[in-house]
Amino acid sequence: MTAFRLHHLLWLVPLLVVLVFLPSFTTTFITYLLSLICIYVIVALGINILTGYTGQMSVGHAGFLAIGAYTSARLITDLGAPFWVGMLVAGLASGIVGFLLGIPALRLSGAYLSTATLGFGLAVEQILQNMDSVSGGRAGLSVPKPSLAGFVLDDRSYFYFVLAVTIVMSLLALSILRSSVGRAFIALRDSEIAAQAMGISLARYKTLAFTMSAFYTGIAGALFASLVRFLAPENFNMWLSIDFLTMIVIGGLASVLGSVIGGIFMVTVPYVLGELQDLSFILMGAALLVVLLFMPGGISAFLSRLLDLVTGRTTAKDIEQHVAKPMGQLGRLPEQSQSANAPASGTDLLGVKES
Amino acid sequence: MIAQQMVSGLAAGSLYALTALGLVLIFKNTDVVNFAQGDFGMVAAFVALMAISQFKVPFVLATLVAIVTTAILAVVVDRLTIRPMKNASMLSLMIATLGVYMILHGVAGAIWGRDTKAFPSPLPSDPVSVNGVVIGQGHLWILAFGFIISAVLFVFFRYTTAGLAMRATAEDRMAARLMGVNVSRIFALTWGVSGALAAVAGILLAPLVYLSPNMMSDVLVKAYAAAVLGGFGSLPGAIVGGLFIGVAENLAGEFISTELRTTFAFVLIVVVLAVRPTGVFGRRIQAKV
Repeated sequence: MTAFRLHHLLWLVPLLVVLVFLPSFTTTFITYLLSLICIYVIVALGINILTGYTGQMSVGHAGFLAIGAYTSARLITDLGAPFWVGMLVAGLASGIVGFLLGIPALRLSGAYLSTATLGFGLAVEQILQNMDSVSGGRAGLSVPKPSLAGFVLDDRSYFYFVLAVTIVMSLLALSILRSSVGRAFIALRDSEIAAQAMGISLARYKTLAFTMSAFYTGIAGALFASLVRFLAPENFNMWLSIDFLTMIVIGGLASVLGSVIGGIFMVTVPYVLGELQDLSFILMGAALLVVLLFMPGGISAFLSRLLDLVTGRTTAKDIEQHVAKPMGQLGRLPEQSQSANAPASGTDLLGVKES
Repeated sequence: MIAQQMVSGLAAGSLYALTALGLVLIFKNTDVVNFAQGDFGMVAAFVALMAISQFKVPFVLATLVAIVTTAILAVVVDRLTIRPMKNASMLSLMIATLGVYMILHGVAGAIWGRDTKAFPSPLPSDPVSVNGVVIGQGHLWILAFGFIISAVLFVFFRYTTAGLAMRATAEDRMAARLMGVNVSRIFALTWGVSGALAAVAGILLAPLVYLSPNMMSDVLVKAYAAAVLGGFGSLPGAIVGGLFIGVAENLAGEFISTELRTTFAFVLIVVVLAVRPTGVFGRRIQAKV
């Protein structure tokens, strides 16, 4: 997490203006892509909570997306539930599964944890493939156009809805992650033992991270279902999970801004490359390596440093210091130790309560 | 019927074990969980195919060329990506190998195409019948090579100086360096040997499936699970884990559901991990504060 400064968010204003007005001028396909970007941003926020902030690697988030997508789609088609109810229930259902997965994951770390999450993603895909009553079998599952309060949303109004949800989810993430909960996550990531010694409950915060992460991804899944309006289990495969992980590393781990950038990157690059699928693979892989080797904190941290340079807050030498050293720990920048983000004294720092 | 499933399970398990051995070897010595391990095998299969079909090289020679090429590739990957981020966290290193995985995948797709290709094997492939159990000869070869390679590795680690140096490095890198072990060379050797192991797995698998950039994905996932089950860091554990998963998924396919066998294999692993968080053969992790 880079130190929070208001001017870092200023550039989001023109972005928002563009996003609000762009659909009026472009094709429905661009509108579709913009909605998809928003959905990826929500996923990125979710996976960043778990991987970026809490340091738990997940290679199975496509599973949560699938749970969200199918829950919402089934509620809408079978029970005629309003679309927004489907979305909330999807988030909750995914969150509950995340909580359940978080329990065995409590004792696991590193390779063991990534195997468990990898297995979870594969299992969800395989179960859906074999549960025709849920997935609609070979025919797949069609989802009706979303409607709100009796009005069927067209592509453009649906995009505005998705955008609104994305903004709410981003602000929610920002406020949670900047509270004692977020600091507890970071403390656990940096040292489980030290964090526990400070009184942070490993069980509570790790399962909370899993639940929150799954909730975000479930919400995104519901939005995804109503956007593509056709679901097939194969679409929620291991590659999608790897894409999700890739986008937060490239955008910036443990950063809300990084999640936004990662989402934009992961939707735009494959679209621009279109048929050149192999080139897309190579570029994504290379981008990962470049970020890991030369851009600690991903594109978002790089942009922040660039902005600081332009506004004269940092000298070129400071930047060299950041860039020259391959990072020791993902998403952990020298800046972080500075106190620009320090909470006021007397606040509850890590969510530790006397019992 | 059970015997039949056991034998096919053991054969599939040998492939998982071979790939898992490479994973564990790299992890033990360099602390890297290598996602690209499966794709090393995929590259090897394609190189062998190219040597055979385009350059008309005899099979054995083509295999050797493929193994050496892959070993070199693995060493290069280590030098270019892993070594420069020496002090990075395990998470970053894992993600870096994910990057390598994607690049190899894309490069293979660009060079050799995404359509599947058949792999010519000179080894006879007609099934043989032993006491009513029908076994594909391809499976028998895999079992045989799996056994031979495990034995060779055992001898290497037990009786050669390089093997001893590798064990020492895995045990305590600093102490090994102080004892005069060239740790940098051991890392290169580790990656090279792991690349070669992946190459053997890829070439053994190639006649049974069609060649495509995706051919090793399933094996990698299972090998990964095997390594974890065996307690990432134990070579015998990797072999036992691989064989166990092969047999377990075949039995699950026979008695529970063919379609859900991967799911059952993973449910089993999560259960095992819930009881023993560092696998069956794994040592308890003692973290330094």
